[in-house]
Amino acid sequence: MKTAVIVFPGSNCDRDLAVALDAVIGTAPTMVWHGDTTLPDDIGLVAVPGGFSYGDYLRSGAIAARSPIMRAVVDAAANGLPVLGVCNGFQVLTEAGLLPGALMRNKGLAFVCRDVDLEVANDDTRFTTRYDRGERISVPVAHHDGNYFADDDTLDRLEGEGRVAFRYAEPVNGSARRIAGLVNAAGNVLGMMPHPERRIEAAHGGTDGRRLFEGLIGAMGA
Amino acid sequence: MKLSIVVTLKPGVLDPQGRAIHHALNGLGFDGVEDVRQGKLIEMEVADGTDDATIDQMCRRLLANTVIENYRVERRA
Repeated sequence: MKTAVIVFPGSNCDRDLAVALDAVIGTAPTMVWHGDTTLPDDIGLVAVPGGFSYGDYLRSGAIAARSPIMRAVVDAAANGLPVLGVCNGFQVLTEAGLLPGALMRNKGLAFVCRDVDLEVANDDTRFTTRYDRGERISVPVAHHDGNYFADDDTLDRLEGEGRVAFRYAEPVNGSARRIAGLVNAAGNVLGMMPHPERRIEAAHGGTDGRRLFEGLIGAMGA
Repeated sequence: MKLSIVVTLKPGVLDPQGRAIHHALNGLGFDGVEDVRQGKLIEMEVADGTDDATIDQMCRRLLANTVIENYRVERRA
């Protein structure tokens, strides 16, 4: 399966994602620069990496979300292409309108950089097929703006539609309903603050992130 | 034409930065402070005759995130 990773000025997890995709899926992704206007043909996934795109100026992810390549990503997502946004990538996807809500400054103001336990809230998304609902996994977070916010009606709707994919097992950053990752209504876009790409080899201290990428291979049918 | 765009967090949205500022003011001995909210000020210069609808679009599409923020536009001399 062919994949692509978007690279913005200030991205710093783009190579981590590339290594993870190459290791698990078996093909190195195409790295796509933010100023490009088209995605490669025949890709089965586009990944938006973590980092500090455009220095987090204005708001985290705000400038990146308006970059030329993101117009192509939004169009491709509307056509059903799976899109994974991790950390700053999650912020970019909310700013681009692909996911509801916003990611605000952590409640405790501290940059949180540690392993956290997540609960798999829904194992019926195309990103979570290799997990079991209610299962606890350990994945690192490293962010300053991971405090998920949406109004109560939106949160109720997200919960009702099973769109919360991952939840923090304990409060980490003030996120509403402890939301760590969620999918769009069509189920082809996942944004999450924790970094699954940093838990794919035993040498990383665990492999709980690996199954997310493994599951995508099956979901893509490639 | 000079504009000031004032972006503020919506009421009810938690503002940890405002709370930290509040705390620091208290620490300096200013104990009459009842609440602090942090926002941003964006100063712009736009072509004369730029219409209100265009300015509003700039605010909605980029300068403010209307999920969490309100904005107001002030024209400066």
